[in-house]
Amino acid sequence: MNARLRLAAILAVLASLLLPGLGWSQGFAGLGTDAQGFAVPERGKPLAFPQDHGPHSDYRIEWWYVTANLTAADGRRFGVQWTLFRSALRPGDAAAWSDPQIWIGHAALTTAQRHYVAERLARGGVGQAGIDMSPFAAWIDDWRMQGTEAAGDLLAHVSLVATGKDFAYRLTLDAQGPLVLQGEAGYSVKSAAGQASNYYSQPFYGVRGEVVVDGVPVAVTGQAWLDREWSSQPLAADQTGWDWFSLHLASGEKVMAFRLRDGGAGFTSANWIAADGTPQPLTSGEVLFEPVRTATVAGRQMPVAWHVRIPGKGLDITTQPLNDQSWMAVSTPYWEGPISFSGSTTGVGYLEMTGY
Amino acid sequence: MIWTAFTALLSHWRYRPLQLATLLVGVALATALWSGVQAINSEARASYDRAASVLEQNRFDQLLSRDGKGIAIDTYAALRRAGWNVSPVIEGDHRFGSVRIRLIGIDPLSMPAQARAFPISGASDLAGFAGGTVLVVSPRTAERLGRPEGLKVNVSADLPDDAAFVDIGLADRLLGAGGALTRLVVGPDQRQGLPPIAQIAPGLALQPAGETPDVTRLTDSFHLNLTAFGFLAFVVGLFIVYSATGLSFEQRRATFRTLRALGVPLRSLTVMLVAELMLIALVAGVIGVVLGYFIASALLPGVAATLKGLYGASVPGALSLRPQWWAAGIAIAVLGTAVSSSQSLWRVWTMPLLSAGQSRAWARASAKALRLQAAAGLVLLAGALGVALLGHGLAAGFAVLGGLLLGAALLLPIVLSGALWGAERLSRGALTQWFWADTRLQLPGLSLALMALLLALSANIGVGTMVSSFRQTFVGWLDQRLAAELYVTARDEAEAARLREWLAGRVDAVLPIWNVEREVLGQQIQIFGVADDPTYRDHWPLLEGTADVWDRLASGQGALINEQMWRSRHLQPGQTIRMPGGWDVVVAGVYSDYGNPRGQVMIGLDALTRHYPDVTRLRYGLRIAPERVADFRRRLVQEFQLPNANIIDQAALKTQSRAVFEQTFSVTGALNILTLAVAGFAMFSSLLTLSGIRLPQLAPVWAMGVRRRDLALLEVARTVALWLATFVAAVPVGLALAWVLLSVVNVEAFGWKLPIAFFPLDWLRLGGVALVAALISVFLPVRRLATVSPAGLLRIFANER
Repeated sequence: MNARLRLAAILAVLASLLLPGLGWSQGFAGLGTDAQGFAVPERGKPLAFPQDHGPHSDYRIEWWYVTANLTAADGRRFGVQWTLFRSALRPGDAAAWSDPQIWIGHAALTTAQRHYVAERLARGGVGQAGIDMSPFAAWIDDWRMQGTEAAGDLLAHVSLVATGKDFAYRLTLDAQGPLVLQGEAGYSVKSAAGQASNYYSQPFYGVRGEVVVDGVPVAVTGQAWLDREWSSQPLAADQTGWDWFSLHLASGEKVMAFRLRDGGAGFTSANWIAADGTPQPLTSGEVLFEPVRTATVAGRQMPVAWHVRIPGKGLDITTQPLNDQSWMAVSTPYWEGPISFSGSTTGVGYLEMTGY
Repeated sequence: MIWTAFTALLSHWRYRPLQLATLLVGVALATALWSGVQAINSEARASYDRAASVLEQNRFDQLLSRDGKGIAIDTYAALRRAGWNVSPVIEGDHRFGSVRIRLIGIDPLSMPAQARAFPISGASDLAGFAGGTVLVVSPRTAERLGRPEGLKVNVSADLPDDAAFVDIGLADRLLGAGGALTRLVVGPDQRQGLPPIAQIAPGLALQPAGETPDVTRLTDSFHLNLTAFGFLAFVVGLFIVYSATGLSFEQRRATFRTLRALGVPLRSLTVMLVAELMLIALVAGVIGVVLGYFIASALLPGVAATLKGLYGASVPGALSLRPQWWAAGIAIAVLGTAVSSSQSLWRVWTMPLLSAGQSRAWARASAKALRLQAAAGLVLLAGALGVALLGHGLAAGFAVLGGLLLGAALLLPIVLSGALWGAERLSRGALTQWFWADTRLQLPGLSLALMALLLALSANIGVGTMVSSFRQTFVGWLDQRLAAELYVTARDEAEAARLREWLAGRVDAVLPIWNVEREVLGQQIQIFGVADDPTYRDHWPLLEGTADVWDRLASGQGALINEQMWRSRHLQPGQTIRMPGGWDVVVAGVYSDYGNPRGQVMIGLDALTRHYPDVTRLRYGLRIAPERVADFRRRLVQEFQLPNANIIDQAALKTQSRAVFEQTFSVTGALNILTLAVAGFAMFSSLLTLSGIRLPQLAPVWAMGVRRRDLALLEVARTVALWLATFVAAVPVGLALAWVLLSVVNVEAFGWKLPIAFFPLDWLRLGGVALVAALISVFLPVRRLATVSPAGLLRIFANER
């Protein structure tokens, strides 16, 4: 299931300093490499909270990933992304400058007209980026995801702050449902060969706050989705990228669905989440994706509108992006932006496409 | 018609190839020296800029700690978390075996992309770099380094020598910085509305971008020096051009007249002459630039050695050819020719159509002009004196130099004229009187060449005196300062500990040479520790100091500072300075420290290890009886298998230091010879010019019965007399120049003052060289005179104009 391998990050950081185009031959952002001394997710090992909200430095990569679909009083729509990636050069922690952990932040604000992007890089061990528990905080530089609860569900109420060159946002997120374990109780398989990650989500956030576009603050409300995922080797070597959807249905149900592309038919997966948070993992083949419109984005053709069907659930929708050009021009670039959909039902969500 | 006229004008040169050669050589030499010096300067400056932007990221603002203790990681994190885009650097000197390298530890993640000095290609490279196992160095440094243990050496051609980029984690570990940051680079993109830095980190001071790096400031004097030399040569070259064009115009007066009479308009004639000059200037300019390139290429290794020896600045020994340099060289040739021939052109422009040619009119300076020139010379000298008394700074020093040289040069014709007048009054006999009077008459025509000679001679005497004084002081100082017989460097701390143990009892004294690099009074300097040992009490040369200097040092209460620091910081013995780590020490004395561009502090060894326990303890000076040195050295090598470079005896070190010194001033010597050569050529071309037009003055003397051979001898005597007078005048000017260099320019440029010493034998040698040059330059004109046919002399009377 699942897999939202947006990881970008990672070794990809690496790519930031490097030449463009590590090439996709080794999977997106070097994710299709082996585990090399890092821990790997174990099937059947239950997740434990609140510890698992914090970093797992024995695993190669990890992220705290929030996407939000927002609306202003005048009806204008916005998308917001706040992501903190952790990528380890070696397993474990060390003091100060010897720390092998590298942190990457991505922040984006999407309007119908523009897509604003910012990126931050930091190394661990010196206080520039990291995670605090009790209360929860994930931060890199002045970007911050700050919890208010000192006990219980640490992620129930959080605030989200990020600033880029021409944009900023300050949002308050309140969970209106439980945490959702993806895959088999948080063990999410990413390929037929069995690559997997640990993965859970909080798809039920209600959002209030303001976004600042070119210096003008706008009050907004909406809904947000948090993904937490860590692994050491999430992709098979022949997998070159993925198309990933998170959908807030009008009924209050949520859907996470993705397709990992490879030389053949690809690996698809989905999770149908009831309005009360009960997940129902769907098997590969139960969800069907079909591009309906492409656009030229950053010099390449990308399928920005999709026909998505889950016949078993009566879902038959067509998604349209708020902005075709939702290109994350960061070290390891990818497409990530808010979408809306209509068909058998309506709603909003996020689409992520990598490896094009 | 026009073309015919032009070829008629040009035909002049066919009959006087020597004159053409003189003109071409004059322009080419002037251009060559000027552009050669410019090439050296721009190459060196480009290399400083590269070093500054690469090593110090000086294109960006920087944050430094006010107390010199380094910046805490927490301060860095606080700034980042407040939104400031800053990037940390830990840097310092580190020894890999016997190779000393400047380590620059950067954080590749937060370093602004524009400040990254080298590419990291591939994720594995970055993982290696950030993982702290990689040194990135220049190709030459990689060769010197070999294979340091546990580290991988990557080569980047863009980096300056003797520096290595490493991950900040590795720098922290190797330098034992304990996480303390040397500085923070402030990124160019900062978001709006950030809280002020002073509020988050009050202990930090902002150093604005583009602040001239130390090395640029330090080497300014050197480049100014080169420029001065180049300019001097250029001016002397222009003298040559001036006299050569003047002569060619004078000799063609008849041609001009004829052409005009045949109907060539004045405008066309002038245009033709301008075209002819520009053609010559272009050809000579190209020759000059090529010549300049070779001069620069030949001098650059020497310049690189000088800069390294004096300032520790690293400049590549190879010259890169820059197009703007070609353009500038040819432009200066054309411009120089234009300036130096403008007077002659003006004369043609204003010449009455049918005026008779006036012999020597071009060279005759009116008495009024001479008075004006003398007044200007006096004003310049007075100005130089005033600036010397009142001015400060390097620019003032060079202003004094300029005023002194130009003023003296301008005064020279007056002084010579006075001397000749005096000689004329004192002499008896018609021929002798005629000799002096005629010499005086020739003075205006020769004065430019003589001024050039004066400039060259006095520059030679001045610079030579400075270098010799410096050498004398330096050698004496080396003898005192290098008191230990053997200098040993251990490869690591464990070996150093074994070494100390083994040495105890085997030598008369072990003198640790330990130092740390810290910021004192806002400057990165070395702090040395000295043992309480009679070696220092007996030998260490002090410029100032209380009687109990060494006791105060041993007790940890006192410190010695070097002359550079003493002068630049205006510190006085008895004053207290705040040391890094927040303790105070009293300045007990001052020592001279030649060859070191930076400040230095010496404290007691105990104080050093107490306040800076992380000091590396690898180097030692050993006192043993001189006859035991060779044997002891062998045993030391046997016992520890130390590489040769790690054990240096006193004699070798002195030889090395002297070699560095000599190399440092080899460029000065080369430039001296070149300027002298140009001055000699100026004299030659002037005499040649004069000899061609002097027949009307000599013919009557010949007619009165003086033989041609005697006339020729008189010409030689005249040249020698003028040379002698100029040389005598050059000595005081040169000594004044030396004084300015030693007491004003050196103090400003290097921070040390040197006693002046006189070397009359050197002057005599120089005088001899100049005499030979003068005699060579008079040879051709004299031979011409000695062999002129009587008919030629007679014709003078027939053609009397």
